[in-house]
Amino acid sequence: MSENELRVGVFVCECGSNIAGSLDCEAVSEYAKTLPNVVCSVVNKYTCAEPGQQEIKKHIKEHNLNRVVVASCSPRMHELTFRNCVEEAGLNPYLLEMANIREHCSWVHLNDWDGATIKAKDIVKTSVARARLLEEQTESKVPMTKEVLVIGGGVAGIQSALDLADAGYKVNLVEKEASVGGLMATLDKTYPTMDCSI
Amino acid sequence: MMDVGRHPNINLYTFSEVEEVSGYIGNFNVKVRKKARFVDETDCNACGECEKVCPVIVADEFQQGFSSRKAIYMPFPQAVPSVYILNNEDCLGHNPIACGKCAEVCEKDCIDFDMKDEIIEVNVGAVIVATGMDVYDPTEMDEYGYTKHENVITSMEFERLISAGGPTEGHFFRPTDREVPKKIAFIQCVGSRSHSATGNPYCSNICCMNTIKDSLLINDHYPDTEISVFYIDIRAFGKGFENLYVRSKKAGVRYIRGLPGEIFEDPKTKNLTLIVEDTVTNTVKDYNFDMVVLSVGVIPRRDSDVVQKLLTLSRTEDGFFMESHPKLKPVDAPTGGVFFAGCVEYPKDVKDSVTQASAAVARAEVLLNSDTISIEAITSECFTELCTSCGICTNVCPFNAIVGADAKLGTPAEVIEALCKGCGTCAAECNFNALSMKHFEDAQITTMIDAMLDENPMEKVTVFACNWCSYAGADLAGLSRLQYPTSQRIIRTMCSGRVDSDFVLHAFEKGAPIVLVSGCHFVDCHYIDANRWTQKRVEKLWDKLERLGIRPERLQLEWISAAEGQRWAKTMTEIDEMRKNVTEEEVKHTIKVLKEDREKAEAKRAKKQNKRITSKTDNPGAEISVPA
Repeated sequence: MSENELRVGVFVCECGSNIAGSLDCEAVSEYAKTLPNVVCSVVNKYTCAEPGQQEIKKHIKEHNLNRVVVASCSPRMHELTFRNCVEEAGLNPYLLEMANIREHCSWVHLNDWDGATIKAKDIVKTSVARARLLEEQTESKVPMTKEVLVIGGGVAGIQSALDLADAGYKVNLVEKEASVGGLMATLDKTYPTMDCSI
Repeated sequence: MMDVGRHPNINLYTFSEVEEVSGYIGNFNVKVRKKARFVDETDCNACGECEKVCPVIVADEFQQGFSSRKAIYMPFPQAVPSVYILNNEDCLGHNPIACGKCAEVCEKDCIDFDMKDEIIEVNVGAVIVATGMDVYDPTEMDEYGYTKHENVITSMEFERLISAGGPTEGHFFRPTDREVPKKIAFIQCVGSRSHSATGNPYCSNICCMNTIKDSLLINDHYPDTEISVFYIDIRAFGKGFENLYVRSKKAGVRYIRGLPGEIFEDPKTKNLTLIVEDTVTNTVKDYNFDMVVLSVGVIPRRDSDVVQKLLTLSRTEDGFFMESHPKLKPVDAPTGGVFFAGCVEYPKDVKDSVTQASAAVARAEVLLNSDTISIEAITSECFTELCTSCGICTNVCPFNAIVGADAKLGTPAEVIEALCKGCGTCAAECNFNALSMKHFEDAQITTMIDAMLDENPMEKVTVFACNWCSYAGADLAGLSRLQYPTSQRIIRTMCSGRVDSDFVLHAFEKGAPIVLVSGCHFVDCHYIDANRWTQKRVEKLWDKLERLGIRPERLQLEWISAAEGQRWAKTMTEIDEMRKNVTEEEVKHTIKVLKEDREKAEAKRAKKQNKRITSKTDNPGAEISVPA
């Protein structure tokens, strides 16, 4: 096995019956095995649950995976979960790709078993293709200046400035008018307690 | 108020404006213009001698013009800092022969007619925008006769007339005869909840409760005054609000559902007649009053565009600033490290402004508490050897994250990663592939198109969906179990702005019968206005397709929000019908002409690139920068 060899693992999630109830997860998983660079493909009941995540980690180690495709729900739901999972197994989190076969497939094609299965295979195929070209990414760090600018010296600006200053941060409060107070200072009393505004 | 003036951690700059903000989250460089107030702030002890001798008398803005002030004055008695200010435009003293009286009497020599504006530079890690709001001016509403009928005043003017610190020292009277009104009316929703040419469609949030408070203030001062409130709905939804409303009704305040169509003034008595349709009884009646208070709404600050440009913010349809997410990030601005507090985001009362201010502080402290902050990994990068310094990327970037491209100097574009939010518009717009969007690179997307279309392309609809709206809308359709045909295949990009023309053409060349580009509605774009470039690009593509004899309808553009699951499902069903109408011959023709067109363009580009390289070698001086 060369160092740069692509080794993709596919994890098809049944999501209880949410996915497995409307399409053939086993068939999707078997199909995934035929795709280029896929070295393992398994079906899980709940991939996001602890046993499911352990399964991913186990296969990353066993098969020396360097790309992971999770065919389950929307990445908006669990991308972060699986990124953390692969990272814990030693992979760069950006080498994960999700294939959305739930929100975009099983749930919207409840009564078309064959159609949904074909579509799920296609979604997995597309995700594997993308996964093969994924690259490692790093989040860079920048220093944080511990000083704040507050624009506006009305009640909101005053409260912000005081809270920050009390917390120990240096605050620059900029007010356009000659005095702070804003619109609130022009009010006589304020509701619901009928007390003075200033 | 006093506390901000004396807190050791607060540098207070009053009569000052932020003039320039550069940099990014964690590292903003700010220029503040401290305008000349012509009175030395540190020495002035507010003795008031200057004011006594000043001969200029002008209307006092703080008292809504009900009283006067001098050219040198204290903004209001409790002002912070407690320092006089000289209004340059009112003052005669710039010619000392003409006046200069104040300077003569000032024992501490605080008055300096030659004082200049000062520019102060500060470096900050986070910014809280608390620029507030303006108040609606009802002059444009002819029917209420504000400024025409003297006894019609606004709720802001009412505040000054009832205030012990006001021009009448709290002795409330009507302007024409200085008599305490016996019958007073409040009119709600002035400038709010209006769908006519005047006013705004939104609810200003604070006016109902403010009127209830005002009615109790009058009742307290003058129990015999009859008070009527004309309204659409009374919105008393906050803690303690309903109690106050009930208290006001028990005190005898009459609430009449219906707004006046017009107000007439009796020329002799200056009393006012209101013609109102009572929508409870469905009757039109005349009502007579001594005085009318217009409960005016709140509007975005008239100078909002200044702050908007300084911090690259966006505004919602109503003109208030848009938050990062309406539910989950309500105090974060879309620009990293910037937060909202108070009415700048939407009309709110004192309590809500204070609550939001503390929330904004908490959000800012999440950043301030760490020594370093992580920057989004999905950013664009520039391959300088391919860059022609054309500057298109700089022009399209909604966050001003791309700098340095200068065709004259021949310097390439440079991406400031900390500013880049990862929409990918630059990568889509660059004609030379010099800009690449990490994690959403050209190759990573084209390989998806290839994979999805290499079998049975005629049965598939290629869909590009932006992460924040359309993809989420598709998720919602799933969550709602809305059913639609199985033809759709989605490619997710962070923003529709990332959808390169080449992706669309590539899909067609691969045999796609139909392609859909979908993104956020304009006001919802997560990247300020990046989707405007999507629209321009699709319009260009429509022209191109037409020129090549391809039906432009085969490329569809839809704006679908994260809340529009139903619309997503409907669109998918409609587009599938369109797909069925595309013939195989049509697709074959498309593949052929697009291939020819692409090859022609590639040949042309190669020739141009060769020429560029040759000209650079022939003329080595061309790469050296022009002397200053």
